[in-house]
Amino acid sequence: MTTEFSKKLPEIMTRRSAESLLSRSGQAMTIIGVSLLALILGYSLWTLPPFSDRMVTLVSDNMAISGVENPVTAVLLNFRGYDTLLEIGVLLLAVVAVFSIAPSPALLATSPPSPMATLLLRLLLPFVVLVGGYILWVGSYAPGGAFQAGAVLAAGGILFTTVTARWHPLANKAIPFAMGAGLLIFVLVALATMMVTGNFLQYPETRAGMLILLIEAAATMSIAVILTLLFVGGEPGEISPAQGENKHTVSFNKENRSE
Amino acid sequence: MTVPNMYALVGVGLLCMGLYGLVMHSHLVRKILALNVSGSGVFLFLVALADQTPGPTPDPVPHAMVLTGIVVAVSATALALALACRIQQVNGTLRLSDNEPE
Repeated sequence: MTTEFSKKLPEIMTRRSAESLLSRSGQAMTIIGVSLLALILGYSLWTLPPFSDRMVTLVSDNMAISGVENPVTAVLLNFRGYDTLLEIGVLLLAVVAVFSIAPSPALLATSPPSPMATLLLRLLLPFVVLVGGYILWVGSYAPGGAFQAGAVLAAGGILFTTVTARWHPLANKAIPFAMGAGLLIFVLVALATMMVTGNFLQYPETRAGMLILLIEAAATMSIAVILTLLFVGGEPGEISPAQGENKHTVSFNKENRSE
Repeated sequence: MTVPNMYALVGVGLLCMGLYGLVMHSHLVRKILALNVSGSGVFLFLVALADQTPGPTPDPVPHAMVLTGIVVAVSATALALALACRIQQVNGTLRLSDNEPE
């Protein structure tokens, strides 16, 4: 692939000049417009009035009842919890849209995975899970939280899909549940808190920490699965085991036995 | 000129560079990349301004907003790339052209 790219490189370089659809005057107008915008934004940045500390004091005054010690986590999951709720909804919507657009992912490997990649995967995956769990836990009092943990786990998931090129059929069945769990538990908690306190997503003060951790744990799993699937770019159910049987795939059991 | 202000200026620069790339390039993947560059500029701007508030700690609200924004940007990018793949499948090219498809 690299050689193919280097062969094409001169062609790409020469094409660059002719790439824009705009005429010369159009290009000049774009440059002028963008520089004008930069000037306006820079000027307004320069002349910004001094900031008030209203938001900071609002957050710090209410930290005691938020259930967590990290102000960013408190804002994300308590004070502006509906933001995060909608955000997980957006993630779910995006992955469903990707499924409907791209019907067949190219997940089957054409060559057996290199032993180095398999070894790396086997060494790294436990640490990925450990680090993901730690970041999720630490989010209540230090930088970290569901999204960071989900991103770390998704990195592991992407490594896994690129190396093994096939998922266990059971995993395929579990994926829809894993994808929806984050949003589902979030909504359930929101409705339950509404029953207790009367307001949507207003946690009871004594239970806030536990509820936030519950939501975050479910969200972490969903985010990890969704990000991995966004990378794969299609529904994993498309690859049936029968289809992949004759291709070069690797399973951990076989790998372990041969050692 | 404070340091956070400088970061905010860099954010403005990134935003404008991204917008320029978005308009100028006819290749769809380049457009998606340009949009991501300008998005990063906005995030940098917000995070830099969060440090402008008086007091020792920066304002956590813009930080939380940026965190939300990053995740939304990632999912939007993935959707855009999936759409680009589909366009490549249907049209055979990712480059926009002046000619109307017949």
